[in-house]
Amino acid sequence: MQVEHTVSDYDEDLRFLTQKISAMGGQAERMVERAIDALIRSDHKLAETVVADDIVLDNGQRDIDEKAVLVIVKRQPMAQDLREIIGAIRISADLERIGDLGKNIAKRVSVVTEYRQPVSFYRGLQALTDLALTQLKFVLDAYSTRSISQIEVVRDRDDQTDAKYTSLFRELLTYMMEDPRNITPCTHLLFCAKNLERIGDHATNIAETVYYISTGEQMPIERPKDDTSHEVTITKG
Amino acid sequence: MTDFQFHMQNRIDELKASLENLSAIRLAMALPDPVIVFSGQFEAVFQNKPAVEAFGSVQVGRDIRITFRSPEMVNLLDSVVSDGTKISTNLIERVPLERFFWVTATPIDERVGLFVLLFRDQTEAHRIDRMRSDFIANASHELRTPLASISGFIETLRGPARNDPRSQHQFLDIMQEQTGRMSRLVADLLALSRVEMKKDISPDAQVELGAILDIVVESLSKLAGNLNVDITKLYRDAKYFVAGDRDELVQVFQNLIENALNYGSSGKRVEVGITGSGGRHKTAIEVWVQDYGPGIAKEHLPRITERFYRANTEKEHKGTGLGLSIVKHILARHHAAMVVDSESGKGARFTVTFPSKPV
Repeated sequence: MQVEHTVSDYDEDLRFLTQKISAMGGQAERMVERAIDALIRSDHKLAETVVADDIVLDNGQRDIDEKAVLVIVKRQPMAQDLREIIGAIRISADLERIGDLGKNIAKRVSVVTEYRQPVSFYRGLQALTDLALTQLKFVLDAYSTRSISQIEVVRDRDDQTDAKYTSLFRELLTYMMEDPRNITPCTHLLFCAKNLERIGDHATNIAETVYYISTGEQMPIERPKDDTSHEVTITKG
Repeated sequence: MTDFQFHMQNRIDELKASLENLSAIRLAMALPDPVIVFSGQFEAVFQNKPAVEAFGSVQVGRDIRITFRSPEMVNLLDSVVSDGTKISTNLIERVPLERFFWVTATPIDERVGLFVLLFRDQTEAHRIDRMRSDFIANASHELRTPLASISGFIETLRGPARNDPRSQHQFLDIMQEQTGRMSRLVADLLALSRVEMKKDISPDAQVELGAILDIVVESLSKLAGNLNVDITKLYRDAKYFVAGDRDELVQVFQNLIENALNYGSSGKRVEVGITGSGGRHKTAIEVWVQDYGPGIAKEHLPRITERFYRANTEKEHKGTGLGLSIVKHILARHHAAMVVDSESGKGARFTVTFPSKPV
């Protein structure tokens, strides 16, 4: 919970940061959702909107940085307030990256959908998107309510995302081996999948920041795994 | 003024007075849709019970732009406060559960400086839309199989069987059976999208499983011949009666045996059997389909009844991946269970268990 200060402008500043982060989060969620929608429905118009929307997140991050520096200089915050501000800087950087990854997916729409691709190409991607978005929504909800009671769940979810990504990696390799004409779309889809997996990682970062804001401590280190797709090989026959 | 008129006027005044005393909170509490009241500084002021259920409880004074952070909602909130005019938008949540709301923001009264958000849940309408597109996917899948079989028979009738009246007669019978099934299927699928709502109601007609399997095996005999697979019927003429829908059960076993033929063709034989008794000593009836093909790898087993899931992506099979999910759906309606036993390299056995009827 945020603490009331005698100077109410100060509260106003902190509220500004929280609200701005929240809006950036909403924007990032929507961008990822739309980028994948555009990909699955071959919607080039929508993809262009996503690419254009990225500027909102870039500006958001800049606003937050400026405001945060200003607050630090003017108020010399301590303890929880300082953590709020540092947290805001960190989270906005993660959200801005998520926006970039979403934009990157949207940019690939025109190449992937140049020719009609079988639906099976997208199915795994959709499942991966749902996982990544659930993770993102969960951490943003945790940020807005400052509730860290279930924050560790995010890490388990990240394991699921990694597992899904690895299986998708394998699947896409198979398509490429079946028919060389699949190589172009599937390579792009591999990058899309990687982007989604990265979005999951950023969500985990945000979870750690939220934990830090609320407790003043770093979340215990135990991130044993990452994705195992680097060891996936497929042999024919 | 008559007594009566006087009385009426009194009553009207009373009613008007009671309306004046009606608290806005009580009114909002009585509404079935989520309602949230907020201030010009976006502070949450009040939410009714449906709003708590839908969006979790929002602390009074908290910025509601943090609860509703989607760009559309932030725009809506900003513009209702700055313009002071009623405005609406869609609120769409994709995860964890898909939800759709039509949201209207309205300034309540300039003097109090409060605004109200009204949510209309449209998830159900979207679900029906989704069902419609699923229906099309199902219909095209299920019509393809009988069509392929008919077109195969036509080919034979024009070619090898041109001068063989006996086969012609037999083929025409099968073709008629198939076309009949197709038209019933179309009707059923149309009905299915309607009855999906009441899927708890189980079918109550009495059907005989042996006869159903006979029909299915017969209709697949050509496919089996092409694939060079023997179908062995391992059941007696005992009457295996269960409560069920004939066409749906035909579809269940058609899908299962066809899968066994397509995926297990390397095993050269497929066995179909019924155990249990539907006669006087009523026990659960089990129908099983066993193939001796490559089997299904363990990691795929939990997922094979998922829509569109296909364990083997390398081989080209004609299925669309909907077969087993349709089976699962129909069996659920019959309170029947399906168990799959398989090991890589040792074939697969699909067992459908019908509950013993209450006597």
